[in-house]
Amino acid sequence: MGWIGETVDSIKSIKIRQLLTQAITLGMIVTSALIIWKCLMCVTGTESPVVVVLSGSMEPGFKRGDILFLHMTTEPIRAGEIVVFNVDGRDIPIVHRAIKVHERENTGHVDVLTKGDNNDVDDIGLYADGQFWLHRHHIMGRAVGFLPYVGWVTIIMSEKPIIKYILIGALGLLVITSKD
Amino acid sequence: MHSFGYRANAILTFSVTALAFICAIASLSDNFSNQNPSAEIQILNINRFKKQSYENDEVSLTLDITADLESLFTWNTKQVFAFVAAEYETPKNSLNQVSLWDAIIPDKEHAKFRIQTSNKYRFIDQGHNLRGKEFNLTLHWHVMPKTGKMFADKIVMPGYSLPDAYK
Repeated sequence: MGWIGETVDSIKSIKIRQLLTQAITLGMIVTSALIIWKCLMCVTGTESPVVVVLSGSMEPGFKRGDILFLHMTTEPIRAGEIVVFNVDGRDIPIVHRAIKVHERENTGHVDVLTKGDNNDVDDIGLYADGQFWLHRHHIMGRAVGFLPYVGWVTIIMSEKPIIKYILIGALGLLVITSKD
Repeated sequence: MHSFGYRANAILTFSVTALAFICAIASLSDNFSNQNPSAEIQILNINRFKKQSYENDEVSLTLDITADLESLFTWNTKQVFAFVAAEYETPKNSLNQVSLWDAIIPDKEHAKFRIQTSNKYRFIDQGHNLRGKEFNLTLHWHVMPKTGKMFADKIVMPGYSLPDAYK
């Protein structure tokens, strides 16, 4: 129990200037993380350069908890590409494969039908009522890379928010009580 | 300097960095593999060719697909997703790609195959353009790695055509 006494002592002996310096350092760390995230958004051309796979509809290729790196270019969408799209009215993006593509002459407007590899039917049931095709503005990006298991951290933190609070609380405590 | 916290932090940072490095190297090694897959597709039969009541043309066909995709598998390959698409042009659309059949190939042992199958997904046109239409059958494959960059390629086989009249 000696370290509780030490912790209390160290909190009591904190000087204002040191505290401010630590707060600024913390702020710098958070801000640089944000800057890196925004740069990634610019480079990859999509609003969410990294997504976590939430469902098993693309197994065995992508399991729940894997993360996907997305990239969006102005290249036309072609069959076989794994696309991430938002359906009007739903906020969770879906990661499935394009199985049918019809591209209009001249305008480049494209109709896309998608299907999850592990699903038996195509995604018409997932689209909005009366919608039979996806269009370019629904598609947020193409999956170009993949890392297994790393996404579990995000899934655990969003499904059990208590863990998020414990983690941030512990980090905060560590920052305050460190003598650096 | 030697507290538990510092040590745990150092171990965690180092292991995450090392893991990220290994994943990157694994993905890079895929660029050096020699790949020469081959495939051949024959249309065995056109089963049905009709116009869905007042709407779009639909074809049902039986395909004989032979392929050897063994050389695509490296030690960093988790699976290969292969599919056959019919690709053609119409007056309204500069490109139509309709996937007819697909399969997930989990390992090298299953990568050399020959199957005869009717099309898994409905071959429906946007319009009535399919009579006498010439199209390509393209075998696409997408390699999904254990970690890292996914890549894809295809073999285009031109010269197939549909009958001039509904059946």
